[in-house]
Amino acid sequence: MIIDLIVPALLTIITASTPLVFAAVGEIVVEKSGVLNLGVEGMMVVGAVGGFAIAIITDDPVLAILAGALSGMLMALIFGLLTLYFYSNQVATGLALTLFGIGFSALLGHKFVGITFEGLPKLYISGLSDIPGIGQLIFGQDVLVYFSILSAIAVTWFLGRTRWGMIVRAVGENHDSAHSIGFSVTSVRLSCILFGGAMAGLGGAYLSLAYTPLWVENMTAGRGWIALALVVFASWRPWRAFFGAYLFGGITIIQLYAQGLGVDVPSQILSMLPYLATIIVLIVISRDDSRLRLNAPACLGRNFHTSG
Amino acid sequence: MLPIMSKTPMLQLFGVTKRYPGVIANNNVDLKIMPGEIHALLGENGAGKSTLVKYIYGVQKADSGTLEWCGKQTKINNPKMARKLGIGMVFQHFSLFDALTVKENISLGISSKIANSDLDKEIINISKKYGLPLDPDRYVHTLSVGERQRIEVVRCLLQDPSMLIMDEPTSVLTPQEVELLFRTLRQLSADGVSILYISHKLQEIKDLCHTATIMRMGEVVATCNPDHETPYSMAEMMMGKNISTPNRVEDSINKSPALIISDLSIQSEKSYGTDLKNINFTVNTGEVLGIAGIAGNGQKELMAALSGEVLAERPDSIKIANEPVGLFYPNQRRHAGMVFVPEERLGHAAVPMMSLWENAFLSGATKMNFKKNGFIRVADVKDYTHDIIKKFGVKTPNIQNIASSLSGGNLQKFIFGREILQNPRIIVAIQPTWGVDAGSAAAIRQSLIDLASKGCAVLVISQDLEELFEISDRLSVIYDGKLSPSINTKSISLKQLGLMMGGVSVFSEKGAIENVS
Repeated sequence: MIIDLIVPALLTIITASTPLVFAAVGEIVVEKSGVLNLGVEGMMVVGAVGGFAIAIITDDPVLAILAGALSGMLMALIFGLLTLYFYSNQVATGLALTLFGIGFSALLGHKFVGITFEGLPKLYISGLSDIPGIGQLIFGQDVLVYFSILSAIAVTWFLGRTRWGMIVRAVGENHDSAHSIGFSVTSVRLSCILFGGAMAGLGGAYLSLAYTPLWVENMTAGRGWIALALVVFASWRPWRAFFGAYLFGGITIIQLYAQGLGVDVPSQILSMLPYLATIIVLIVISRDDSRLRLNAPACLGRNFHTSG
Repeated sequence: MLPIMSKTPMLQLFGVTKRYPGVIANNNVDLKIMPGEIHALLGENGAGKSTLVKYIYGVQKADSGTLEWCGKQTKINNPKMARKLGIGMVFQHFSLFDALTVKENISLGISSKIANSDLDKEIINISKKYGLPLDPDRYVHTLSVGERQRIEVVRCLLQDPSMLIMDEPTSVLTPQEVELLFRTLRQLSADGVSILYISHKLQEIKDLCHTATIMRMGEVVATCNPDHETPYSMAEMMMGKNISTPNRVEDSINKSPALIISDLSIQSEKSYGTDLKNINFTVNTGEVLGIAGIAGNGQKELMAALSGEVLAERPDSIKIANEPVGLFYPNQRRHAGMVFVPEERLGHAAVPMMSLWENAFLSGATKMNFKKNGFIRVADVKDYTHDIIKKFGVKTPNIQNIASSLSGGNLQKFIFGREILQNPRIIVAIQPTWGVDAGSAAAIRQSLIDLASKGCAVLVISQDLEELFEISDRLSVIYDGKLSPSINTKSISLKQLGLMMGGVSVFSEKGAIENVS
């Protein structure tokens, strides 16, 4: 009985949180390299339309997912070229990227409004997936959910344990030093920006392929901004961002259920809850000032010129 | 003596030229360094030394010119390639990452092959061999400047270099640390490693180097054997004109206490700061008190306490003449006649992106009466700025130029001018000539002495011992947040001062100083 209520709720929580995990984990890598890309929302929404369009045209989920990632990456490429090669301001460029993405996706998606897609296939392991409750939760998700969890693990490992991850952190920490030691600041940053774009694209594609398998204009509805906030509140640590994404997703769904059950609290207040709770919890866990300063990339948002 | 080794130069440059918009940084520069040679590259700031070594290390490309490495013409495209050839470099502004550990910092600067081996052990081996103690797991931001330099040196040595480039390595070290470094360098030289040693400290070059190449305005003006030169003759070649050592007039001004610090104790708020413990001293009118010490022993904290950026606990722990100012904010202290020259030129003493006249306004506003009904008296400020530029020989095309466009020496002269023209009763300066060319440094030191002879109380906190000996009447040493009693400059030797800076108490008993000397 109670399991009949909880399992569907948990399932929706997972689907609500997955896009945020993708976008936030991707942006962590970008920001760790010292680049502030505020265009996450724009990259997500273009990823959503790109993925959905290919899904409808080819009817192939794998191609659709790749198309989502690629669309986000192309958007990121624009950002990368402008900021790294033409030294445009990162904040302004990021904002412009979001505005452009929203408009551009609406244009691309015009033909696809009202069409539905069957959604991504779910994993099915005979026996395991049939276990009531747990089976569906753990062994019955689509490939992107697993991939999002994997990406948080992989990025943690990459940044903390590999030489390349150390180089990314070094470039974000002090780009002049990194340059004088002999790393190419520009190419390290471009790679990170492209990775972040692909991840944001996947997050968007998850929305249009799995969360609600259809296309509506501006369907990311601010999730890119939430992801950006999560990165900062998670003090640039993938696992905290992952946790934050699930906290946000969780409370979003729970308050929806609460509204559905007719709890006697104004619905506006309930709608505020996910934002409020996420901010409070993440502030509390990251309140150690010195640790925060250690994690924050010192060169965040600063353009690099090879002069001097 | 230069060890006798093969006759092929380790490195040779022919006609290296590099132009920046408006300046020729290097003009047709030739250079020859033999194996095992310690070769000095001497010149004022802006003479083109850094540009030249950046070219050798592959950080920057030259417009023309060729480079031969071990007799073969070579093109060094990037630092990685330089390292592969066997060139290591210790930067003046260290190329370190504060948020990473010592080990991570070292591993980033060496080839991944060495980085993947047992790095901890390698670091400890090298540290032992050359006497450079390091803890691989410490975070860099917790380390002193001297320790940071060790990281860079160890990082170079791990790669078994044939040539080491050192960019002003001793500016942050105590005499004892300098000796240790020189021992390491001589040991390396005996092993056949060439060393390109950039400095403008002439005595050091005489002590250490086999050959010196002297640069001025982007050109090589002389190559000499430092053994056959005096520091003075090298300075002349470096600056191209007769230089003046500061003139001191033994004066007979009535000395009265101007700045009195009693029992000043302040807990540092920063996690790696130094607490000030029971500091007592007095600066009299008409004298220069010098405070020596190795970086990180409380100088910054003392400066902040004096300037009012950090307030004292009691009002009477800092007194200007008879007025207790311990709880005054910086502007109130300025009003009481105290001016300050902080260590960091850009970002603390001056706002980098603001014009010179705006910067002049910022510190002069209260004292010089530049505000009227909430508006700025722009014309007055500009006159004042022109005055500073003229009287202190600041080279700038226009007072509209932003502060960060000036060279270190010029900006420092500007900052000193700005404070001195306010007719202070007390001036407090920390590292007044750090990273400043010799000509400007001499001018700044002279202006401090002149100020004292006019009756101003001058307090200089510095690591540059030559400077302190040149200008101070009395000297104190700050160590671990504690200040030694002051000693007459004439009755202490460089060696004693060095020991005190290392925490050895040579003055624990009265008369102990005489015993040491």
